Amino acid sequence: MDWLPGAASSYAAELDTIFWVILAVTGIVLVGVQVTLVYFLVKYRGREGRRASYVEGSTKAEVIWTVIPAVLIVGIAVASQRVWSQVKNPDRFPADALELNVEARQFAWSITYPGPDGELGTEDDFTRYNEMRVPVNRPVVFNMTSADVVHSFFVPAFRIKQDAVPGLNTRAWFEATEVGEYELACAELCGVAHGLMKGKVVVLPQDEFEGWLAGLGE
Amino acid sequence: MATVEAMAAPLAHGHHEEMSFVRKYIFSTDHKIIGIQFLFASLAFLALGGVLAIMLRWQLGFPGEAMPGVGVVAPKFYNALVTMHGTFMVFFAVMPLLVGVYANYLIPLKIGAPDMAFPRLNMLSFWIFVQSGIVMTASLFVEGGAPGAGWTAYAPLSAVPQYTGVSLGQQLWIISIVLFGASSLLGSVNYITTVINMRAPGMTLFRMPLSIWALFITAIIALLAVPILAAAVILLFFDQTLGTTFFLPADGGQPLLWQHLFWFFGHPEVYILILPAMGIISDVIANGSRKPVFGYHSMVLAIIAIAFLGWITWGHHMFQSGMNPLLGTSFMISTMAIAIPSAIKVFNWLGTMWRGNLRFHTPMLFAIGFVSLFTIGGLSGIFMASNSVDIFIHDTYFIVAHIHYVLFGGSLMAIFAAIYFWFPKMFGRMMNEAWGKIHFALTFIFYNLTFFPMHILGMGGHMRRIYDPTQYEFLQPYQPLNKFITISAILLFVAQLPLIANFFWSLFRGKKAEANPWRDNGLEWTVASPPPHGNFAVTPIVYRGPYEFSSPEVEEDYLPQDVPLNGEREVVGAGVGEE
Amino acid sequence: MNEAITLPGGVKAEPGMRIYNQKLGMWVFLASEVMFFTGLIGAYIILRFGASAWALPGVPLDEGGTPLNINLTAFNTFVLICSSVTMVKGFASIEQGDQKNLKRFLLATVLLGAAFVGIQVMEYIELAREGFLPHCSEELATVVPSCHLFGSTFYTMTGFHGAHVSIGVLCMVWVTVKAFRGGYTKESHGGVEVIGLYWHFVDLVWIILFTIVYLI
Repeated sequence: MDWLPGAASSYAAELDTIFWVILAVTGIVLVGVQVTLVYFLVKYRGREGRRASYVEGSTKAEVIWTVIPAVLIVGIAVASQRVWSQVKNPDRFPADALELNVEARQFAWSITYPGPDGELGTEDDFTRYNEMRVPVNRPVVFNMTSADVVHSFFVPAFRIKQDAVPGLNTRAWFEATEVGEYELACAELCGVAHGLMKGKVVVLPQDEFEGWLAGLGE
Repeated sequence: MATVEAMAAPLAHGHHEEMSFVRKYIFSTDHKIIGIQFLFASLAFLALGGVLAIMLRWQLGFPGEAMPGVGVVAPKFYNALVTMHGTFMVFFAVMPLLVGVYANYLIPLKIGAPDMAFPRLNMLSFWIFVQSGIVMTASLFVEGGAPGAGWTAYAPLSAVPQYTGVSLGQQLWIISIVLFGASSLLGSVNYITTVINMRAPGMTLFRMPLSIWALFITAIIALLAVPILAAAVILLFFDQTLGTTFFLPADGGQPLLWQHLFWFFGHPEVYILILPAMGIISDVIANGSRKPVFGYHSMVLAIIAIAFLGWITWGHHMFQSGMNPLLGTSFMISTMAIAIPSAIKVFNWLGTMWRGNLRFHTPMLFAIGFVSLFTIGGLSGIFMASNSVDIFIHDTYFIVAHIHYVLFGGSLMAIFAAIYFWFPKMFGRMMNEAWGKIHFALTFIFYNLTFFPMHILGMGGHMRRIYDPTQYEFLQPYQPLNKFITISAILLFVAQLPLIANFFWSLFRGKKAEANPWRDNGLEWTVASPPPHGNFAVTPIVYRGPYEFSSPEVEEDYLPQDVPLNGEREVVGAGVGEE
Repeated sequence: MNEAITLPGGVKAEPGMRIYNQKLGMWVFLASEVMFFTGLIGAYIILRFGASAWALPGVPLDEGGTPLNINLTAFNTFVLICSSVTMVKGFASIEQGDQKNLKRFLLATVLLGAAFVGIQVMEYIELAREGFLPHCSEELATVVPSCHLFGSTFYTMTGFHGAHVSIGVLCMVWVTVKAFRGGYTKESHGGVEVIGLYWHFVDLVWIILFTIVYLI
């Protein structure tokens, strides 16, 4: 059992790196604070005849522990922003991606494929439920909406999460890097069967996927 | 060198008015009685919230198995448990325990006022709170079931009865929240007016204890944030009942509008739940360390900074909501900025203990527990604040771990510290120290065993609010951990029994408390335990700040705020009147 | 209220804001009211500018205008502003100890406030007859853009404001009765000042609502 689920999309590794960096930084701070705390508890435990030092503060110390967190925070923010804009900024979505429509509803995912002509909104589009088939190593952009309440498209292995909001078209993308089957879950409380609103993403070799698409999903 | 005892004024005995039982204990306008009423009411809700938590944990640890005495938890009921646990804990346990109890009890006593500015509104505030709680509890039992849209009540799920199968329950939830808002409003108006206008002579703003600073700033946040929630739930109520479409996409309504309104209230609300805890902890740590609070002024500024930044960070709850990604960037920056004042506070608490003469009484133990656990909760917040890491851990158990480290490890630890610390003042008797320490040890251990593993679940991608994790293949390896958490949670619940037993036993049988059992400096310790009606026989005069522990000017290691050092009494002389 | 007291060490005692509690309390309460209306008005703004089209004032109904009777409401706005003026006059009178004029102006304020509520109710009845409701009639929905949303926001905002005026009128009646019994003097007239603050606030909110709902 790994700590984070196996990474299977193009940006998963980069996102994980930020996670580990934050864990390292916060981990050092955490250990530092807890060790100091315990050390103080032992060293300055009350004893008869001892008197606490009458110290009201130290501007120097406070400046130090204001500046250090500020610097760390700026670093983390800058690193986060890079991946964020890569994953979520629609202007930076990869070109020549496969485009799909996803509609969430209580309690299923319907995925509409462009069909053999490769274009959505044409007659040969076809729809499948709870199973999203995609080619490996090719970006997939999907337009998402919801028929009823707010849902959230979550594939842990791809590190992608995007809410599907009724009345709104939200767009997201991923590029699967390994052939296989991955679980798709709804991450936003959406009603009685929220916990059962699952599907899967099947990543196929590119030629196999093309064949499947050309054959109208047969 | 002078001694405090030689210079302290004799204990105040206020004028006693004979009042009927009902006027004295039920419809009382005395801020102390109202604080105690809030204490009993919100502890009852805390227990209820805990029971709901155990039921939902049971389902997660043992999915589909019948819970002894309850039976199998059905999916719809599970959603109700999730919703009502959050609602009760946030609105009816933690918030009133901090604000209802300690703002009421402490503000007049600590600033040297006879009572609140508006005692009758204060009484009204409590009784509206009771009604609100009754309506919320009723929603558990009505036809159609209890509300199941989460304590955040995201529309459209919460707005259309068909989506959850709940209609009356959700409407009662809204009515209860509106009543709660009215109660909170009356409280805030009182606290703010009292702090501004009714401080005793010499109690300048920068001589106020940090608990009072925090409660004052919190009252301002509540004053401004709660009406936003009221407006939002009223619109939601119209969507539910009148067929309007504020939050429904039909006819142009906007589901995201709900999230914006809710979190515009909701994030300041988070600071309503933690700032008073920080203030209380500062008081207790200074007392337990026998040292002045390290960097008092920057502690005050940090409270104000957190309160201010809290207004511009609501969007970090909505990174994945479909909000403009550019907004995601700005909300990340404002959110990260909050880490700075929070860090200052933690380091200053450590600085307070540094070179102190630590006394490990029960309140101090809980305060130390607070520092330890709040640090974890604060640091785990940075993961969510990073907009890109949030893509993965949003709506997973990572956030569940985070909020519980802040609201249980933080707020509730502070509440426990406060209960033990001010119990002697409230009831005139000491709580049992040995049992208090046992309560602390068990709570601290089982708390960590319950909530720390949730970080691991979150890292594994475990979604929150799902009914049965075993449905997902990738979550099946985590089931033993889920079971472990559930058992720990039950033990954590059981670990609260010493508190209950100690509380009630001490209420009647505890050792009689003297006026100042903790050797503290605050004005509340200069009057008898419990203080008489009207608090102070003579308006106290304040000569210094609240944290003059181990001052070189006196022999004792404390120096109360109202004790004049040799010569000072004569300088003030006559003519210092009442407000 | 004391003058600032100087204590040893030269620290001022800061005896408070030098505003009596009721007045300070009202200011604090009004801050909360500002946020309540901010919530409602904010929702209105987001919904209106998120909508594909919105009913425009000053345009005939069948060309996408509003069904609202702007002239009537403009008159009603004038009525409410007048009530603020009489309120100011009443307060100025009692500050001079002039109880007779206080009674006169308070009575006028009550009547003007009641007139405002009455006219608003008339407006509602008229609009309802035309089919303009929180959920519009089918007929009106075809001519008025975003009619349902417009109706919902219109009635919510003006309704909550109307409720505030109504509560204000009731409180004002109470103050007026007390004035007629000689309850306010030159030295003690806090009640008049505090209700006046609330009254001016409600008036101000209306001017904002009238502008954003009826005029732009």
